[in-house]
Amino acid sequence: MSAAAAPAPAAPSATTRVEYLLRLADTSLVLAQRLGEWVGHAPAIEEDLGLANTALDLLGQSRMLLSYAGTLEGAGRDEDALAFLRSEHEFRNATLAEQPNGDFGDTVVRQFLIDAYQLEVFERLAASSDTRLAEIAAKSVKETRYHLRYSSSWLIRLGDGTPESHARVQASLDRLWPYTRELCDPDELDRAMADAGIGADLHAVRESWLKRVDGTLAEATLRRPADGPYRWYGKQGRHSEHLGHLLAVMQHLPRSNPGAQW
Amino acid sequence: MTERNDWPLYEVFIRARGGLDHRHVGSLHAADATMAIEHARDVYTRRQEGVSLWVVRSSDIIASDPTDSDALFEPARDKVYRHPTFYDIPKEVETL
Repeated sequence: MSAAAAPAPAAPSATTRVEYLLRLADTSLVLAQRLGEWVGHAPAIEEDLGLANTALDLLGQSRMLLSYAGTLEGAGRDEDALAFLRSEHEFRNATLAEQPNGDFGDTVVRQFLIDAYQLEVFERLAASSDTRLAEIAAKSVKETRYHLRYSSSWLIRLGDGTPESHARVQASLDRLWPYTRELCDPDELDRAMADAGIGADLHAVRESWLKRVDGTLAEATLRRPADGPYRWYGKQGRHSEHLGHLLAVMQHLPRSNPGAQW
Repeated sequence: MTERNDWPLYEVFIRARGGLDHRHVGSLHAADATMAIEHARDVYTRRQEGVSLWVVRSSDIIASDPTDSDALFEPARDKVYRHPTFYDIPKEVETL
Protein backbone atom coordinates (compact mmCIF):
# COMPACT_ATOMS: atom_id res chain seq x y z
CA MET A 1 0.00 0.00 0.00
CA SER A 2 2.57 2.66 0.94
CA ALA A 3 5.86 2.54 -0.97
CA ALA A 4 8.69 0.99 1.01
CA ALA A 5 11.01 3.97 0.53
CA ALA A 6 8.49 6.63 1.58
CA PRO A 7 8.76 7.96 5.10
CA ALA A 8 6.33 6.19 7.38
CA PRO A 9 3.14 8.28 7.61
CA ALA A 10 1.83 9.14 11.04
CA ALA A 11 -0.53 6.43 12.23
CA PRO A 12 -4.16 7.55 11.81
CA SER A 13 -5.83 8.68 15.03
CA ALA A 14 -8.54 6.57 16.64
CA THR A 15 -11.08 9.15 15.46
CA THR A 16 -9.97 8.69 11.86
CA ARG A 17 -10.10 4.92 12.15
CA VAL A 18 -13.59 5.02 13.68
CA GLU A 19 -14.74 7.32 10.91
CA TYR A 20 -13.40 4.90 8.30
CA LEU A 21 -15.13 1.93 9.94
CA LEU A 22 -18.40 3.86 10.01
CA ARG A 23 -18.18 4.37 6.24
CA LEU A 24 -17.96 0.62 5.72
CA ALA A 25 -20.48 -0.27 8.42
CA ASP A 26 -23.10 2.30 7.46
CA THR A 27 -23.08 1.36 3.78
CA SER A 28 -23.84 -2.25 4.72
CA LEU A 29 -26.39 -1.25 7.36
CA VAL A 30 -28.36 1.18 5.20
CA LEU A 31 -28.37 -1.20 2.26
CA ALA A 32 -29.58 -4.01 4.55
CA GLN A 33 -32.44 -1.79 5.69
CA ARG A 34 -33.38 -1.03 2.08
CA LEU A 35 -33.34 -4.71 1.12
CA GLY A 36 -35.42 -5.52 4.18
CA GLU A 37 -38.16 -3.31 2.72
CA TRP A 38 -38.60 -5.93 -0.01
CA VAL A 39 -39.61 -8.65 2.43
CA GLY A 40 -43.15 -9.64 1.55
CA HIS A 41 -43.06 -7.54 -1.63
CA ALA A 42 -40.54 -9.20 -3.93
CA PRO A 43 -41.76 -10.47 -7.30
CA ALA A 44 -41.46 -14.10 -6.16
CA ILE A 45 -41.05 -15.79 -2.81
CA GLU A 46 -37.67 -17.11 -3.95
CA GLU A 47 -36.48 -13.52 -4.59
CA ASP A 48 -37.97 -12.45 -1.29
CA LEU A 49 -35.68 -14.95 0.45
CA GLY A 50 -32.72 -14.10 -1.76
CA LEU A 51 -32.93 -10.38 -0.98
CA ALA A 52 -33.48 -11.08 2.71
CA ASN A 53 -30.44 -13.38 2.81
CA THR A 54 -28.30 -10.63 1.34
CA ALA A 55 -29.79 -8.12 3.79
CA LEU A 56 -28.90 -10.39 6.71
CA ASP A 57 -25.32 -10.82 5.48
CA LEU A 58 -25.00 -7.03 5.22
CA LEU A 59 -26.52 -6.56 8.65
CA GLY A 60 -24.01 -9.04 10.07
CA GLN A 61 -21.14 -7.11 8.47
CA SER A 62 -22.38 -3.83 9.87
CA ARG A 63 -22.77 -5.31 13.34
CA MET A 64 -19.16 -6.51 13.41
CA LEU A 65 -17.87 -3.22 12.02
CA LEU A 66 -19.98 -1.07 14.36
CA SER A 67 -18.96 -3.10 17.41
CA TYR A 68 -15.35 -2.69 16.46
CA ALA A 69 -15.83 1.05 15.84
CA GLY A 70 -17.47 1.38 19.26
CA THR A 71 -14.54 -0.40 20.90
CA LEU A 72 -11.98 1.79 19.14
CA GLU A 73 -13.95 4.92 19.98
CA GLY A 74 -13.91 3.99 23.68
CA ALA A 75 -16.90 6.15 24.53
CA GLY A 76 -19.11 3.30 25.65
CA ARG A 77 -21.22 3.15 22.46
CA ASP A 78 -22.07 -0.37 21.33
CA GLU A 79 -23.38 -1.51 17.93
CA ASP A 80 -26.96 -0.63 18.89
CA ALA A 81 -26.08 2.86 20.07
CA LEU A 82 -24.22 3.48 16.83
CA ALA A 83 -26.94 2.04 14.60
CA PHE A 84 -29.98 3.49 16.31
CA LEU A 85 -28.93 6.61 18.16
CA ARG A 86 -27.00 8.52 15.52
CA SER A 87 -28.81 11.00 13.31
CA GLU A 88 -28.66 11.54 9.58
CA HIS A 89 -25.59 13.78 9.39
CA GLU A 90 -23.66 11.32 11.56
CA PHE A 91 -24.16 8.46 9.10
CA ARG A 92 -21.24 7.79 6.76
CA ASN A 93 -22.77 5.41 4.21
CA ALA A 94 -22.30 5.86 0.48
CA THR A 95 -25.24 7.89 -0.84
CA LEU A 96 -25.98 5.16 -3.39
CA ALA A 97 -26.94 2.71 -0.61
CA GLU A 98 -29.76 4.93 0.68
CA GLN A 99 -31.44 5.39 -2.71
CA PRO A 100 -35.02 4.08 -2.70
CA ASN A 101 -35.77 0.56 -3.88
CA GLY A 102 -37.80 1.73 -6.88
CA ASP A 103 -38.78 -1.23 -9.01
CA PHE A 104 -36.95 -4.56 -8.92
CA GLY A 105 -34.61 -3.35 -11.68
CA ASP A 106 -33.61 -0.27 -9.66
CA THR A 107 -32.83 -2.52 -6.72
CA VAL A 108 -30.80 -4.89 -8.89
CA VAL A 109 -28.72 -2.05 -10.36
CA ARG A 110 -28.06 -0.47 -6.97
CA GLN A 111 -27.16 -3.87 -5.56
CA PHE A 112 -24.87 -4.77 -8.44
CA LEU A 113 -22.93 -1.50 -8.28
CA ILE A 114 -22.42 -1.79 -4.53
CA ASP A 115 -21.70 -5.54 -4.54
CA ALA A 116 -18.97 -5.08 -7.13
CA TYR A 117 -17.54 -2.20 -5.12
CA GLN A 118 -17.68 -3.98 -1.77
CA LEU A 119 -16.02 -7.04 -3.24
CA GLU A 120 -13.05 -4.96 -4.42
CA VAL A 121 -12.85 -3.14 -1.09
CA PHE A 122 -13.23 -6.20 1.15
CA GLU A 123 -10.69 -8.20 -0.90
CA ARG A 124 -8.13 -5.48 -0.20
CA LEU A 125 -9.15 -5.03 3.43
CA ALA A 126 -8.63 -8.76 4.00
CA ALA A 127 -4.91 -7.85 3.79
CA SER A 128 -5.26 -4.81 6.06
CA SER A 129 -2.62 -4.25 8.72
CA ASP A 130 -5.55 -3.91 11.14
CA THR A 131 -6.07 -7.58 11.94
CA ARG A 132 -9.61 -7.22 13.31
CA LEU A 133 -10.69 -5.36 10.19
CA ALA A 134 -8.91 -7.95 8.05
CA GLU A 135 -10.88 -10.75 9.76
CA ILE A 136 -14.21 -8.99 9.22
CA ALA A 137 -13.31 -8.31 5.59
CA ALA A 138 -12.26 -11.92 4.94
CA LYS A 139 -15.65 -13.15 6.16
CA SER A 140 -17.44 -10.49 4.15
CA VAL A 141 -15.62 -11.36 0.91
CA LYS A 142 -17.29 -14.78 0.80
CA GLU A 143 -20.72 -13.29 1.36
CA THR A 144 -20.18 -10.51 -1.14
CA ARG A 145 -19.12 -12.95 -3.86
CA TYR A 146 -22.55 -14.52 -3.67
CA HIS A 147 -24.31 -11.14 -3.53
CA LEU A 148 -22.51 -10.14 -6.71
CA ARG A 149 -23.36 -13.41 -8.40
CA TYR A 150 -27.04 -12.86 -7.59
CA SER A 151 -27.19 -9.21 -8.66
CA SER A 152 -25.07 -9.80 -11.79
CA SER A 153 -27.24 -12.64 -12.98
CA TRP A 154 -30.36 -10.49 -12.56
CA LEU A 155 -28.72 -7.52 -14.27
CA ILE A 156 -27.87 -9.71 -17.25
CA ARG A 157 -31.37 -11.20 -17.37
CA LEU A 158 -33.04 -7.81 -17.29
CA GLY A 159 -30.56 -6.04 -19.57
CA ASP A 160 -30.46 -8.82 -22.12
CA GLY A 161 -34.14 -9.67 -21.67
CA THR A 162 -37.15 -8.12 -23.34
CA PRO A 163 -37.08 -4.65 -24.96
CA GLU A 164 -39.06 -3.36 -21.98
CA SER A 165 -36.79 -4.86 -19.32
CA HIS A 166 -33.74 -3.58 -21.22
CA ALA A 167 -35.08 -0.03 -21.46
CA ARG A 168 -36.16 0.04 -17.84
CA VAL A 169 -32.93 -1.30 -16.40
CA GLN A 170 -30.88 1.03 -18.60
CA ALA A 171 -32.95 3.91 -17.19
CA SER A 172 -32.23 2.64 -13.66
CA LEU A 173 -28.53 2.57 -14.45
CA ASP A 174 -28.62 6.10 -15.90
CA ARG A 175 -30.42 7.34 -12.80
CA LEU A 176 -28.16 5.64 -10.25
CA TRP A 177 -24.80 5.94 -11.98
CA PRO A 178 -24.05 9.50 -10.73
CA TYR A 179 -24.04 8.17 -7.16
CA THR A 180 -21.14 5.85 -7.92
CA ARG A 181 -18.79 8.81 -8.25
CA GLU A 182 -18.31 9.03 -4.51
CA LEU A 183 -17.44 5.33 -4.11
CA CYS A 184 -14.00 5.45 -5.68
CA ASP A 185 -13.21 9.13 -5.14
CA PRO A 186 -10.76 9.14 -2.23
CA ASP A 187 -10.83 12.05 0.19
CA GLU A 188 -8.18 12.89 2.74
CA LEU A 189 -9.44 10.28 5.18
CA ASP A 190 -9.47 7.50 2.57
CA ARG A 191 -5.94 8.40 1.55
CA ALA A 192 -4.63 8.54 5.12
CA MET A 193 -6.10 5.11 5.86
CA ALA A 194 -4.73 3.61 2.62
CA ASP A 195 -1.28 5.12 3.23
CA ALA A 196 -1.27 3.58 6.70
CA GLY A 197 -1.89 0.14 5.20
CA ILE A 198 -5.25 -0.12 6.95
CA GLY A 199 -7.69 1.11 4.32
CA ALA A 200 -8.20 0.20 0.65
CA ASP A 201 -6.50 2.20 -2.07
CA LEU A 202 -9.52 3.61 -3.90
CA HIS A 203 -7.62 4.30 -7.12
CA ALA A 204 -6.82 0.62 -7.42
CA VAL A 205 -10.39 -0.21 -6.39
CA ARG A 206 -11.75 2.04 -9.11
CA GLU A 207 -9.67 0.39 -11.81
CA SER A 208 -10.77 -3.15 -11.04
CA TRP A 209 -14.32 -2.12 -10.12
CA LEU A 210 -14.77 -0.44 -13.51
CA LYS A 211 -13.34 -3.46 -15.29
CA ARG A 212 -15.78 -5.73 -13.49
CA VAL A 213 -18.73 -3.40 -14.05
CA ASP A 214 -17.92 -2.98 -17.75
CA GLY A 215 -17.67 -6.74 -18.23
CA THR A 216 -21.08 -7.40 -16.73
CA LEU A 217 -22.71 -4.41 -18.45
CA ALA A 218 -21.43 -5.72 -21.79
CA GLU A 219 -22.97 -9.10 -21.07
CA ALA A 220 -26.21 -7.36 -20.09
CA THR A 221 -26.06 -5.30 -23.31
CA LEU A 222 -26.20 -2.14 -21.19
CA ARG A 223 -24.31 1.09 -21.75
CA ARG A 224 -22.24 2.66 -18.98
CA PRO A 225 -23.43 6.26 -18.51
CA ALA A 226 -20.92 9.10 -18.65
CA ASP A 227 -19.71 10.55 -15.36
CA GLY A 228 -21.40 13.83 -14.54
CA PRO A 229 -21.35 16.47 -11.86
CA TYR A 230 -21.92 15.10 -8.41
CA ARG A 231 -22.73 16.74 -5.11
CA TRP A 232 -23.51 14.05 -2.57
CA TYR A 233 -20.85 12.79 -0.21
CA GLY A 234 -22.68 10.48 2.13
CA LYS A 235 -19.35 9.23 3.38
CA GLN A 236 -18.77 12.73 4.75
CA GLY A 237 -22.30 12.97 6.13
CA ARG A 238 -23.77 14.91 3.19
CA HIS A 239 -26.70 12.76 2.15
CA SER A 240 -29.56 12.82 -0.29
CA GLU A 241 -33.08 13.51 0.99
CA HIS A 242 -33.79 9.79 1.34
CA LEU A 243 -31.67 8.83 4.34
CA GLY A 244 -33.75 10.72 6.90
CA HIS A 245 -36.88 8.77 6.01
CA LEU A 246 -35.03 5.48 6.10
CA LEU A 247 -33.61 6.23 9.54
CA ALA A 248 -37.01 7.32 10.85
CA VAL A 249 -38.31 3.84 10.10
CA MET A 250 -35.18 1.97 11.15
CA GLN A 251 -34.70 3.84 14.43
CA HIS A 252 -38.30 4.36 15.45
CA LEU A 253 -38.58 1.47 17.88
CA PRO A 254 -35.35 1.85 19.88
CA ARG A 255 -35.79 5.63 20.02
CA SER A 256 -39.37 5.58 21.23
CA ASN A 257 -38.76 2.65 23.62
CA PRO A 258 -35.22 3.17 24.91
CA GLY A 259 -33.63 -0.05 26.09
CA ALA A 260 -36.45 -2.19 24.65
CA GLN A 261 -35.69 -5.92 24.68
CA TRP A 262 -37.42 -8.91 23.21
CA MET B 1 -44.70 -8.54 -11.42
CA THR B 2 -47.77 -10.72 -11.09
CA GLU B 3 -47.05 -12.76 -14.19
CA ARG B 4 -44.50 -15.18 -12.95
CA ASN B 5 -46.48 -18.35 -13.38
CA ASP B 6 -44.53 -19.05 -16.53
CA TRP B 7 -41.49 -19.87 -14.42
CA PRO B 8 -41.30 -23.67 -14.46
CA LEU B 9 -41.13 -25.79 -11.35
CA TYR B 10 -37.86 -27.40 -10.26
CA GLU B 11 -37.25 -30.15 -7.72
CA VAL B 12 -34.39 -29.57 -5.30
CA PHE B 13 -32.02 -32.21 -3.92
CA ILE B 14 -29.43 -31.55 -1.24
CA ARG B 15 -26.40 -33.54 -0.15
CA ALA B 16 -26.06 -32.89 3.55
CA ARG B 17 -22.42 -34.01 3.84
CA GLY B 18 -19.78 -35.53 1.66
CA GLY B 19 -20.46 -39.25 1.18
CA LEU B 20 -24.22 -39.03 1.68
CA ASP B 21 -26.82 -39.17 -1.06
CA HIS B 22 -28.60 -36.15 -2.43
CA ARG B 23 -32.08 -36.15 -0.93
CA HIS B 24 -35.20 -34.48 -2.18
CA VAL B 25 -36.09 -31.47 -0.04
CA GLY B 26 -38.75 -29.61 -1.99
CA SER B 27 -39.42 -27.56 -5.06
CA LEU B 28 -39.31 -23.98 -6.32
CA HIS B 29 -39.96 -21.82 -9.35
CA ALA B 30 -37.16 -20.43 -11.50
CA ALA B 31 -36.71 -19.12 -15.03
CA ASP B 32 -33.87 -21.53 -15.83
CA ALA B 33 -31.34 -23.92 -14.31
CA THR B 34 -28.91 -21.21 -13.20
CA MET B 35 -31.62 -19.32 -11.38
CA ALA B 36 -32.93 -22.57 -9.93
CA ILE B 37 -29.56 -23.28 -8.29
CA GLU B 38 -29.45 -19.74 -6.89
CA HIS B 39 -32.99 -20.02 -5.60
CA ALA B 40 -32.27 -23.43 -4.13
CA ARG B 41 -29.29 -21.95 -2.29
CA ASP B 42 -31.39 -19.06 -1.00
CA VAL B 43 -34.47 -21.07 -0.09
CA TYR B 44 -33.14 -24.41 1.11
CA THR B 45 -29.60 -23.95 2.46
CA ARG B 46 -30.05 -21.04 4.83
CA ARG B 47 -29.35 -23.20 7.86
CA GLN B 48 -26.30 -25.07 6.58
CA GLU B 49 -28.40 -27.90 5.22
CA GLY B 50 -25.91 -29.02 2.64
CA VAL B 51 -22.70 -29.06 0.68
CA SER B 52 -24.08 -29.78 -2.77
CA LEU B 53 -27.27 -29.05 -4.69
CA TRP B 54 -29.06 -30.72 -7.58
CA VAL B 55 -32.03 -29.23 -9.34
CA VAL B 56 -34.12 -30.88 -12.00
CA ARG B 57 -37.14 -29.70 -13.93
CA SER B 58 -40.18 -31.28 -12.31
CA SER B 59 -41.55 -32.02 -15.76
CA ASP B 60 -38.45 -34.15 -16.49
CA ILE B 61 -39.26 -36.54 -13.69
CA ILE B 62 -41.18 -39.59 -14.82
CA ALA B 63 -43.34 -40.77 -11.97
CA SER B 64 -45.36 -43.91 -11.41
CA ASP B 65 -49.09 -43.50 -11.60
CA PRO B 66 -50.71 -43.64 -8.14
CA THR B 67 -53.65 -45.58 -9.59
CA ASP B 68 -51.18 -48.32 -10.58
CA SER B 69 -49.84 -48.73 -7.10
CA ASP B 70 -51.83 -51.89 -6.37
CA ALA B 71 -50.37 -53.61 -9.40
CA LEU B 72 -46.89 -52.24 -8.85
CA PHE B 73 -46.38 -52.62 -5.13
CA GLU B 74 -48.96 -55.00 -3.67
CA PRO B 75 -47.37 -58.17 -5.07
CA ALA B 76 -44.25 -57.61 -2.94
CA ARG B 77 -46.21 -57.55 0.28
CA ASP B 78 -46.37 -61.34 0.90
CA LYS B 79 -42.81 -62.10 -0.17
CA VAL B 80 -41.06 -61.76 3.13
CA TYR B 81 -38.41 -64.25 1.97
CA ARG B 82 -36.94 -61.47 -0.12
CA HIS B 83 -35.63 -59.86 3.05
CA PRO B 84 -32.29 -61.49 3.84
CA THR B 85 -33.31 -62.42 7.37
CA PHE B 86 -33.42 -66.22 7.01
CA TYR B 87 -29.71 -66.95 7.05
CA ASP B 88 -27.73 -68.21 10.01
CA ILE B 89 -24.67 -66.10 10.11
CA PRO B 90 -21.52 -67.92 11.28
CA LYS B 91 -19.95 -66.38 14.36
CA GLU B 92 -16.65 -65.97 12.51
CA VAL B 93 -18.18 -63.46 10.11
CA GLU B 94 -17.65 -60.09 11.66
CA THR B 95 -18.92 -57.79 8.99
CA LEU B 96 -21.66 -58.63 6.58
